[in-house]
Amino acid sequence: MEIPESIKKRLTLPAEEHFYAGHTACQGCGASLGLRYVLKAYGRKTIVTIPACCSTIIAGAWPYNTLDAPLFHTAFATTGAVISGIEAGLKAQGYKVKGEDGVMVVGWAGDGGTADIGLQALSGFLERGHDAVYIMYDNEAYMNTGIQRSGSTPYGAWTTNTPGGKRHFLEKRHKKKVIDIVIAHEIPYAATASVAYPEDFIRKLKKAQKTPGPSFIQLFAPCPTGWRSPTDKSIEIARMAVQTAYFPLFEYENGKYKINMPNPKKEPKPIEEFLKLQGRFKYMTKEDIEILQGWVNHEWEKLKKLAEVFG
Amino acid sequence: MAEYKPIKKVVSGNYAAAYAALHARVQVVAAYPITPQTSIIEKIAEFIANGEADIQYVPVESEHSAMAACIGASATGARVFTATAAQGLALMHEMLHWASGARLPIVMVNANRALAPPWSVWDEQTDSLSQRDTGWLQFYAENNQEVYDGVLMAFKVAEDKRVSLPAMVIESAFILSHTYDVVEMIPQELVDEFLPPRDPLYTLTDFDNPISVGALATPNDYYEFRYKEAMAMERAKKVIKEVGKEFGERFGRDYSQMIETYRTDDAEIVFMGMGSLMGTVKEAVDLLRKEGYKVGAAKVRWFRPFPKEELYELAKEVPAIAVVDRNFSFGQEGILFNESKGVLFNTDARPLMKDYIVGLGGRDFTVNDVRAIAKDMKKTLEKGRVEEEVVWYHLKR
Ligand SMILES: Cc1ncc(C[n+]2csc(CCOP(=O)(O)OP(=O)(O)O)c2C)c(N)n1
Ligand code: SF4
Repeated sequence: MEIPESIKKRLTLPAEEHFYAGHTACQGCGASLGLRYVLKAYGRKTIVTIPACCSTIIAGAWPYNTLDAPLFHTAFATTGAVISGIEAGLKAQGYKVKGEDGVMVVGWAGDGGTADIGLQALSGFLERGHDAVYIMYDNEAYMNTGIQRSGSTPYGAWTTNTPGGKRHFLEKRHKKKVIDIVIAHEIPYAATASVAYPEDFIRKLKKAQKTPGPSFIQLFAPCPTGWRSPTDKSIEIARMAVQTAYFPLFEYENGKYKINMPNPKKEPKPIEEFLKLQGRFKYMTKEDIEILQGWVNHEWEKLKKLAEVFG
Repeated sequence: MAEYKPIKKVVSGNYAAAYAALHARVQVVAAYPITPQTSIIEKIAEFIANGEADIQYVPVESEHSAMAACIGASATGARVFTATAAQGLALMHEMLHWASGARLPIVMVNANRALAPPWSVWDEQTDSLSQRDTGWLQFYAENNQEVYDGVLMAFKVAEDKRVSLPAMVIESAFILSHTYDVVEMIPQELVDEFLPPRDPLYTLTDFDNPISVGALATPNDYYEFRYKEAMAMERAKKVIKEVGKEFGERFGRDYSQMIETYRTDDAEIVFMGMGSLMGTVKEAVDLLRKEGYKVGAAKVRWFRPFPKEELYELAKEVPAIAVVDRNFSFGQEGILFNESKGVLFNTDARPLMKDYIVGLGGRDFTVNDVRAIAKDMKKTLEKGRVEEEVVWYHLKR
């Protein structure tokens, strides 16, 4: 459908749609929203690579395809390597890659495919400096195989392999800071983003497009199915993750940190505000919540310091 | 067509592979070092450094990623090459399926090396034969010349739209990879005539008609994908013969036979095997003939697709076949032996067949060993039946 110019002017997101309706994500799925925004930002001249994850399904079973852009489905561990190869293949054939008019090479992988099995390939991709964008959509567990923990699962979360029981109780490690691992590679551009702040996400995608070399965005993407949360609360939860500083929004650009919070003056809300909206945290004790709050505070202070010193 | 004057170079098998990749005008190379393959990718890096080649070189962090990067590059339509051996090939296993399933004609050289533990860097074919069911074409080279020719032919067969499958060219660790020999190389213009630029089955760069590759297929469709791949493998036989014949017509070395037969016409015993050990076998055949043995050799060049028809034609004429397997499938027997017997089961060809496990992990395999096998086979022929099917030939008892 053609969108009238008058309406287009009022939109804060690109009007173009390259992600079709009728896809097979669950209701309220943050990942599917994220993928839609990626294609809005980059248009069809984008080659998307998706490893084994929920997005394999969301992108459509053969012969259907919900993406209006070329798509390569690949093995779980390989996103970083496949996008490296696609970039090399394009360059070998004289294509312009990245930049405003270049082909966008996008890796779209879950937290499992990024923080765990795909970490090595991600590291190789970052280190070699390919012109591509890697987006980790973070739903904090392996959803496609039925809600098992990943390195990105937070402390205190229920998953099917960190269940509540008499002896074994919930995830006991803090969330792996993938973005910090990425930044340690000293790439030109890395950022966190959230589906609750699409303008900010699209701005970051555009920045990644303009910046030569590898870019990385960690996108917070709620999963009602795995988080045991109401399907109409995904955006609220994602917003709360930012407002509690559980998942702060920031950018790392050529050695400089910049925090981009919606209300920079406001103190973060208590972590309960984020936790209480989701069934996956319901087994946490008061003590557990304190432990998680302690981690959030520590990480938040660290980030503020980084932004202060390297801003 | 320009006149063919070969350029003779004394090179190792690895350098023969690197030159072939250069002459094939590969566009992307993604690889990871492993002995004894490493000098292939080092040589290619040198070509690039010296400005002799315009190749996107991706020095990946593992073989799993090497194959993944090759897959990404190949899906954009580029001509892609890599090389590995043993543990590296094993680490690639998952991605080998991905390359063939996505119908990407990547060409890879594998230097046959025994798998650990215990560590061994020497020759054995179990690494590549373990990849038998990955949907890759497999060409076993006897010498450095065949490594060079094999890579050029592999690209042509793999990229043929009737096939569109990846191909492996296999050389023996050290016996070929690091041993120098004269190789007749083909001038670039003539390689270009033989092997034009790749015309891919599909690419990810058609932005006006975007496609998705490798999506989930339900039980309603998956089966047909596999059937199509099976048929592509079957068609590859015809393409291999065509390409092998064309190669012979252009460059004087005919590869139209998937099984190269040597003095088999009136042979009572035929030694059958793959790779460099067949050079030894052919030499032994000449000697044994002088000693009065009616022997011949059959070198299986292409193991995938398996040349069933050619094997049948051979087997129906010879009374006994001794398979020399530099490989082993645990719980069963030598892999070539196993496959060959299977092929003949429903036919009227019934040679006596015996399996000799030889040379595992680089144990020397010599003309004398072939003579001993000939003697043993002779006894078997006299008895008229096979008593011990599988012989671990070198065993220190
Ligand atoms: C080598 C390999 N091991 C395991 C799997 C099974 N598997 C498929 S998707 C998946 C989890 C994906 O989790 P994540 O990357 O977090 O994405 P999500 O499903 O949450 O979207 C697993 C374990 C696989 N496909 N490949
Ligand atoms: S399980 Fe979660 S991530 Fe997967 S499709 Fe459903 S909502 Fe999205």
